[in-house]
Amino acid sequence: MIASVHFPVLQIILPLLLAPVCVLLRESRLAWFTALTASWAAFGIAVALLLDVLAGGPLSYAVGGWNAPWGIELRVDAANAFVLTIVAGIGAVVMIFARQSIEQEVGNARAYLFYASYLLCLAGLLGVTITGDAFNLFVFLEISSLSSYVLISLGKDRRALYAAYQYLILGTIGATFYLIGVGLLYQATGTLNMMDLAQRIEGQEGLRGLRVAFAFLTVGISLKLALFPLHLWLPNAYAYAPSAVTGFMAATATKVSVYVLLRVFFTIFGVEFSFDLMPLGEILMILAVAAMFVASTVAVFQNNVKRMLAYSSVAQVGYIVLGIGMASVTGVQAGILHLFNHALIKGGLFLAMGCIVYSIGSTHIRDLAGLGKRMPWTAAAFVAGGLGLIGIPMTAGFISKWYLVLAALEKGWWWVAVLILLSSLLAVLYIWKVVERMYFHSAGETGENVERAEAPLGLLVPTWILIGASIWFGIDTRLSAAAALEAAKTLLGVG
Amino acid sequence: MTHHLVVRVIAKMLIPFIMLFALYVQFHGDFGPGGGFQAGVIFASAFILYALVFGVETAREVAPDWVVRTGIALGGLIYGGTGVVSLFKDGNYLDYSVLKADPVAGQHIGILVIELGVGITVASVMTAIFFAFAGRQRRG
Repeated sequence: MIASVHFPVLQIILPLLLAPVCVLLRESRLAWFTALTASWAAFGIAVALLLDVLAGGPLSYAVGGWNAPWGIELRVDAANAFVLTIVAGIGAVVMIFARQSIEQEVGNARAYLFYASYLLCLAGLLGVTITGDAFNLFVFLEISSLSSYVLISLGKDRRALYAAYQYLILGTIGATFYLIGVGLLYQATGTLNMMDLAQRIEGQEGLRGLRVAFAFLTVGISLKLALFPLHLWLPNAYAYAPSAVTGFMAATATKVSVYVLLRVFFTIFGVEFSFDLMPLGEILMILAVAAMFVASTVAVFQNNVKRMLAYSSVAQVGYIVLGIGMASVTGVQAGILHLFNHALIKGGLFLAMGCIVYSIGSTHIRDLAGLGKRMPWTAAAFVAGGLGLIGIPMTAGFISKWYLVLAALEKGWWWVAVLILLSSLLAVLYIWKVVERMYFHSAGETGENVERAEAPLGLLVPTWILIGASIWFGIDTRLSAAAALEAAKTLLGVG
Repeated sequence: MTHHLVVRVIAKMLIPFIMLFALYVQFHGDFGPGGGFQAGVIFASAFILYALVFGVETAREVAPDWVVRTGIALGGLIYGGTGVVSLFKDGNYLDYSVLKADPVAGQHIGILVIELGVGITVASVMTAIFFAFAGRQRRG
C-alpha cells in the first residue's frame, strides 16, 4: 500500500494524472466529480504534510529514487507546507463553486476541458511550491501558466481571448527570464538543487554571473507575481476570465510566485547577498509603495467590479512585497500572513462576484444597484470581504496589516507605517463605491427587477466558506500567525 | 493536391515506411539517438503528409477527433501510470528499478514504457495542431 512517505509526490501527481482522466471521461458531471475528488484529496495531503512538518521538521523525497543533488528533490519545510495548504485549500473550495458557475459560463460541452486544465493548473502550482529543484520549478511554472492561459481564454466575453494572449506573451517573457537566471546559476555553480545552490553560492558572492542571474530571476518572477509596474497582464486576465477561474487564480497564482521570490531571495541567495550586496530592499520598498498607491487609485476609477478587484490585487501584492522587502522576521512573517489572508479575502470576493455574474450576468457597477435586497447573502459576503480588504479589526486583513505596521515600526520606518494606513483609506473608497450602489440605490427607478435573485447554494456555500475563514482568521490568529512565523524563521534561517 | 498523380503514388509508397521509421526511432531510442518525442513527430508527419495529399477530410476519417483526443490523454496516463506502478511496488515515484527483480531490466522496461507514452501523446498533439490549423478556413 502507498504509505504516507509518498505524500510529497502524491500531492502533485493526483491532480496531474486525474487531468487526462477528465479528458477521457468527457461527461461534465463525471469530470467535475473527478476534479473534486482530486482537489480535496490534494487538500487533505497538504494539511497532513503541514502537520508533519510543523511537528517533525523538513521532509525530502527523491523522485525516481535518484538522490539529491543529482535527481529531482521534493522538499517540504514550514514555508512551502503553509503555501501548499493555501493553494490546495482554495483549489478545493473553488471546485465546489465551479460546477454551476462553469455550467453557465463555459457550457457543458466544453466543461471537461475546463476541469482538465484546472487540475493541470493546480498540479503546476503545487509542483512549483513543493519542488526543491530550480529547473523543475520552471517546468511546473510552465504547466501552471499554460493551463491558466487556457482557463482565462474560456471566458464568455471575447476580450477574454485578448487578455489570455496578453498574459501569454508577458508570462512567457517572465518564464524566459527565470530560465535565463537558472541557466546562469547552473553555469556558475554546476547544480540545480536549491539547497546545493545555496551552499555553493556561499563565498562566491563576487561572481558577476551570479549577480546577473539574480537580476534575471527577480525580474522574471516579479512579472509572474504582477509586481508594479509589471502588472499589466493582470487586470484584463482577471476581469474577463470565468468567475471560478478568477477566484482560483487571484488566490493562488500570484501567491505561489511570491513564494518563489521568497525561495530565491532567502534560500538560494541568502539575506546578505540579496539585501546587502544588491539594493533589493530599497527597490522592493519603492515598488511596493507605488503599487499600494497607484493601483488602489486606479481601482477607485474602475466601473467593472472584477477589474476593480484585480487592481486591488496589484495593490495587495504591494503589501506582501513590502513585508518581504524589510527582510526581518516580523516583516517576512507579515508578508506570508498577508499572502494567506489575502488569498482568503480576494478568493471570497471574486467568488461573490461569481454569484452576481450567475444571477445578474453583469459585473458593471451600474447593474449592482439594489443588490442588497435582491441578493442579500451575496451582498453581505461582498461587504464582509471588503471590510477585510480595508483592514477593519476582527477581519483577517487587519491582522496582516497590524503585523506589517509592527514590522515597519520595528525597523524605525514610521513613515512606511503611515503610508500603509493611508493606502488603506483608498481601499475604503473603492469598496464603499460598490457598497453604496448595492445598498443605497434601488434597482431600476421605476421599480422593475426588484424580485429576489439570490445565487444557488452551490455557489453561496463556497463563497461563505472563504469569507467565513477570513473572519475566523481575523479573530483566531493562533494557527495562521504561528505557521507564518515558523515559515519566516525557516526562510531566514533563524531559530 | 489530389490531381497530382506522381505525388499521390509516391506518398502512398512512403507513408508506411515513415511510420515504420517512427517505430524504429521509438523503440531504438534507449540505444541510439531518438525516443518518444522524435518518434511521435515522425509518426504524425506520416498523417500530415496523408492529409496534405488526400485532403484533410479524408485524414479526419482515418483519425477522428475522439481518437486524437484519447491519444493525447492516454500517453500522459501511460507515463504517469508507470510511476504509480513503482509506488505500488514499494519504490519511489518513477523509480524503474523496482519494476522487475533485476534493477537493470526494470530501468529498461521503465524507460521503454514511458517513452511509448511520450510518443503517443506527441503524435496525437502534432496531429491535433495540424487539424486545428488546417480546419481554420472552414469555420471562417
